[in-house]
Amino acid sequence: MSKPTTFKRRFVRDFRMNKYLYLMMIPVIAYYVIFHYGPMYGAIIAFKDFTPIKGILGSDWVGLKHFEDFFGSYYFLRVLKNTILISLYTLIFEFPAPIILALLINEVRRRYFKRVVQTVTYMPYFISLVVICGIITDFTNADGLINRLFMLLGYDGQAMLQKPELFRPIYVLSEIWQRIGWESIIYIAALMSIDLEQYEAARMDGASRLKQMIYITLPGLLPVITIMFILRMGNLLNVGFEKIILLYNPVTYETADVISSFVYRKGLLEFGWSYSSAVGLFNSVINLALLVSANYISRKVNENSLW
Amino acid sequence: MKTESSWLDRLFNLMNYTLLLLLVMATLYPLLYVLFASFSDPARLLAYKGLLWKPVGFSLEAYRSVLANPGIGVGFRNTLFIVVFGVTVNIFMTALGAYVLSRKNVMWNKVFMFLIVFTMFFGGGLIPMYLVVKGVGLLDSLWSTIIPFAIGTFNLIIMRTSFMGIPDSLEESAKIDGANHFTILFRIILPLSMPVIAVMILYYAVDKWNGWFYASVFIKSRELFPLQLVLREILISNSTDSMSIGASAGDRFQIGETIKYATIIVATFPIMCVYPFLQRYFVKGVMVGSLKG
Repeated sequence: MSKPTTFKRRFVRDFRMNKYLYLMMIPVIAYYVIFHYGPMYGAIIAFKDFTPIKGILGSDWVGLKHFEDFFGSYYFLRVLKNTILISLYTLIFEFPAPIILALLINEVRRRYFKRVVQTVTYMPYFISLVVICGIITDFTNADGLINRLFMLLGYDGQAMLQKPELFRPIYVLSEIWQRIGWESIIYIAALMSIDLEQYEAARMDGASRLKQMIYITLPGLLPVITIMFILRMGNLLNVGFEKIILLYNPVTYETADVISSFVYRKGLLEFGWSYSSAVGLFNSVINLALLVSANYISRKVNENSLW
Repeated sequence: MKTESSWLDRLFNLMNYTLLLLLVMATLYPLLYVLFASFSDPARLLAYKGLLWKPVGFSLEAYRSVLANPGIGVGFRNTLFIVVFGVTVNIFMTALGAYVLSRKNVMWNKVFMFLIVFTMFFGGGLIPMYLVVKGVGLLDSLWSTIIPFAIGTFNLIIMRTSFMGIPDSLEESAKIDGANHFTILFRIILPLSMPVIAVMILYYAVDKWNGWFYASVFIKSRELFPLQLVLREILISNSTDSMSIGASAGDRFQIGETIKYATIIVATFPIMCVYPFLQRYFVKGVMVGSLKG
C-alpha cells in the first residue's frame, strides 16, 4: 500500500485528477508570465544598450555601464537623499497620525459624532490624486488659499511649489490630510479586540481616561503598529512617483526628485531606456532587500512578521 | 463621585472633542472652499482676498463651460468604459485564480503561489513594463489600462483566503451531482462570497476611476483620454483655454480659475455621493485584508 510514489507517478496522477483546474489556471498564469515576469525578463536591458530597432535580445551587452554611470553621476546622491528624506519625514509625521486619530476616536462616547468624524476623515482618500494635486497647486499659488491665510498673519504671498525648501512639507502635510482617516480604520478595527475588563479594572483603581489610553489602549494596538511599521521600513526607498511628478517642476528637482520620478523622467521623457531600467532595477533590488531584512529583524525582536 | 480623576476626564473630553472638531474642519474646509469658489463670480473672486464662507457673487458660467467642454464628456465616457470592463476582467480573473489556488491536493499550487506572491515584492520596472505593453500591441488603447492590471495580487490573496473558509461539504455534494469546477465556482463559491466580492469590486473600481499614470504613459490619442488625464491638463498643466474660447484674454484668465474649481466639483461629485453608502464595505475590506497580515 505505502509504496514510495515516484515524482513521475505523482505528476501523472495529479494531472489526471486536476486537469480542469490547471485549465482554469491558464489565463491567470499567462497574465503573470506576460505582465509580471515579462518585465522582469525585459529588465536585462539594464545591462544592454537597448534600441527599439534591435529589440531586447538583439541589443548589445554593455555590462554594468549604466549602473556605473548612475552611481558616478551627480544625480545618484540627490535622488537617494530625496527618497530617504521624503520617506523618513513621512514615517515620522504621517505614520503616527492615524494611530493618534484612532486613539482619539476611541474615546468619543457619542456615536453620532464618531460617525461624522469617521465619514469626513475617510473622504479625502476617495478623491483622485490628480484632483488632490490640482487643489494643492491652486492653494499654494501666490494668491491661493494657504497664502491668504499667511497674509492674514502678515506674511507675504509666494508661489510655494516653486520653493525647493517647501516641497517636502507640502508633500507630507497633504499625505496626512489624505490618508489619516483611511489608515486609522485598521487601528480602530484592532481596538475592538482589546479586553474591556482591563478598562473596568483600571477604573476601579481610579485611573484617568488619559492614563487608560496610554497604558491599555496603546499597548493593545502595538502588534498592528509593528506590522504597519515593518511594511513602511520595507518601503523606505519606495516613494511613489505619481504624486511627485504631479507636484514637482525643474525648480524643485533638487529637493523633490526621487528615484522613481527620476526613472520615469529619464526613461519615458528622455528615452534613456537602458539607463532608466538600470536605476529602476537598482531600486527594486534594494527594496526587496529592505523588506526581507525588516521582516527578519521583526521576527527576531518579537513574533510579529509578514511571513 | 467627585474625584480628581473625573475632573481630569472632563478636561480630557473637552480636548478630545476640540481636536477632532478641528480635524473635521481642516478636512472639509478645502473642499467647501472649492465648492464656494466654483459658484463665484469670476471677476469678483479674483479681487477677493480672505477666506470664503459663501460664494462671492453668483455665477454658473464656469459650470456652463465645463459641461460644454467635449473633453470632459469624452473623459467620463472613457473612464466609464475602463471601470465597467476593467472591473469585470478584474473580478473574473481574480476569482479564477483564487478558486484554483484555494483547492487542496493540487500539486503545483505551492509553486504558483510562490511565483505570484513574489511579484508583490519585486518587479521589472517601468520601462520593461512599457516594452511589454507595446510588444503585445496594447499601446494607445483603453485596454492598456485593463489587461496589464487584470489581477491585483493582494486582492487575489484576500479572495483565496475567503474561498478557503467555505466548507468542503457544499462542493462535495455538488461534485456528486456531476457539477464541474466552473459550476462550483460560479454557482456555489461566488454566491457564498458576496461580501468579499463587494469589497473587491469597490477596491478595483476606485482604482480604475482614479488611475491616470499608466493611461498617460500608454495612451496618446486625446479621444481616448480617461477623465483623470483630462483633469490633469486642466488642473496641473493649467490649460483651460480650450474651454473659454471666445472670451477675451483677461476674461479668459478670470474664468479659467473658476473653471478649475467647477471641474474639480464635477469630477469629484459622483464619488462623493457614493462613498458614504459604501463606507461599511471599505471598513470590512480592511478587516478582511488584515486577517491575512
